Amino acid sequence: MQYAIEATGLAKRYGETRALDGIDLAVPQGRLLGVLGPNGAGKTTAVRILATLLRPDEGRAAVGGFDVVKDAHRVRSLIGLTGQYAAVDEMLTGVENLVMIGRLLGMSRADSRRRAAELLERFDLSDAGGRATKTYSGGMRRRLDLAASLVGRPQVLFLDEPTTGLDPRSRTELWSVVRGLMADGVTVLLTTQYLEEADQLADDIVVFDHGRVIASGTSDELKATTGAQVLEVRPLEAAHLDLVAEVVADVIGETPDLTGGRVTASVHDPAVVSAVVRRLDDLGVVASELALRKSSLDEVFLAITGHRAEEEPTAEKEEVFA
Amino acid sequence: MTAVTTTAPTAVTARHAGPLATLQQTMTLAWRSLVQIKHNPWELLDLSIQPIMFLLLFTYVFGGAISGSTGDYLQFALPGLLVQNALFYTLSTAIGLNTDITKGVFDRLRSLPIARTAPLSGRIIADTAKQVWAFALLVGFGMVLGFRVETSLTGLLGALALLVVVALAMSWMSVLIGLKASNPEKVQMVAFSLMMPLTFTSSALVPSQTFPGWLETWSDINPVTHLADAIRGLLIGGEVAQPTMISLLWAAGFAAVFAPLAIRAFRSRV
Repeated sequence: MQYAIEATGLAKRYGETRALDGIDLAVPQGRLLGVLGPNGAGKTTAVRILATLLRPDEGRAAVGGFDVVKDAHRVRSLIGLTGQYAAVDEMLTGVENLVMIGRLLGMSRADSRRRAAELLERFDLSDAGGRATKTYSGGMRRRLDLAASLVGRPQVLFLDEPTTGLDPRSRTELWSVVRGLMADGVTVLLTTQYLEEADQLADDIVVFDHGRVIASGTSDELKATTGAQVLEVRPLEAAHLDLVAEVVADVIGETPDLTGGRVTASVHDPAVVSAVVRRLDDLGVVASELALRKSSLDEVFLAITGHRAEEEPTAEKEEVFA
Repeated sequence: MTAVTTTAPTAVTARHAGPLATLQQTMTLAWRSLVQIKHNPWELLDLSIQPIMFLLLFTYVFGGAISGSTGDYLQFALPGLLVQNALFYTLSTAIGLNTDITKGVFDRLRSLPIARTAPLSGRIIADTAKQVWAFALLVGFGMVLGFRVETSLTGLLGALALLVVVALAMSWMSVLIGLKASNPEKVQMVAFSLMMPLTFTSSALVPSQTFPGWLETWSDINPVTHLADAIRGLLIGGEVAQPTMISLLWAAGFAAVFAPLAIRAFRSRV
């Protein structure tokens, strides 16, 4: 099988820090791989190596069949890159930014203009196209940045935390753009700290932590790997919360979590549900909400790594410029 | 939003950008640096107002005290101001490059299938064009105030050529600073604390004969002195050959030291 992105044993050190410690990746053509992990997990380093901006210390990687070190120029003609920072020239207008890229890619002046207009329209920036981009809002800059990475109609697109710092509306808009690209057959590698984002967009997910892949699979597979489902019970009367907690603890043998007026516990045997229901019924406690659901990616991350996805210190920002 | 079809990209053939493509990419990136002026008139003002302000201040505030008359001083100081301005301006290469790096634009360019040197050469070409503009502006404005080229058009063009050559040699240092500095503000600080004393302790703005002995000794070594003497000779007459020779040697030495360092810093990024 031909993979659009393939990496084996990628390693990169910065002094004593192992930013990447032997990463394997394989993304089939037309799929979206979500790379999930906290700051400093090595996501950006991996993207920079795959996008030919950084040489790996060990291992090798190929994009579209071309080696990212030996055949960097060819790789560059296949890829588009949108980084964590909206990499647009603030002094230029939206149109000029895109025309510049088109010209750099060898398009004629007329073709560059046409392509710029097309992309500006697609990203709802037509009205702002003639303005210097320093007057753009954060969301507009990100959209222009994404447009810039699409000028050359890339086969493989790298999106490095494309929605970090965006408001929820802009985020949803960007998601719909990414879905559109996938419909066009573009292969996408997307890094994110947001579990919901990976859940929403990714065909496959790999979880990075401290420069290693610690889990991989589809969203459903990952949720199943913890072997856990989540039981949630909310009593109709708030006063019954402790009583419910006692019952749940008794049935599953673990102390449940009490937050948001709900009793939450991971369970391994779905049969406990009926036991809990019976016991509550005997006690005359009415539940306003009682559900057994798959664990969220957040809970999966916690289960795999022992820490939550979003509370790591920020180390990766620095390595961007290292 | 309308659909944009994603067709296969143009056939992947070359392993590197060809010479013609390299030239076109360089010119596109030079255009990019120059077209900015259209949207940011302040940059143009920065480029033009500062030397003009210096010219006015030095001529009318210090001129009488230094040379006895503002007219005499203008003849003496304009060549020196041209040198000072050209040297200061070489650091705009560093600021522009550094801004590109911190904003991520440099990475975007590096992720494109273009010649590795294009971002650098495009910027330097644009900055050289701006140098020529600043030179023309200063000379033109000086003439309005009463400055006269006492040599010839050849002398004037020679002065421009010498300044451009020296500025290009200096831009290697600028590239190094631009690649190494952590942010554009730092570049500006380095520029100021390096260029200010260097140009002021030369014969660019005042005759160095009035300096205390140790400073005069330094001033005789200071490359800015030789460059200012050469430009003065080319514009209002006097010795040309020797100061020009020394200036070119300094420029060559400068390039010999900083070009390899800058290229190494650039390679480690590319």
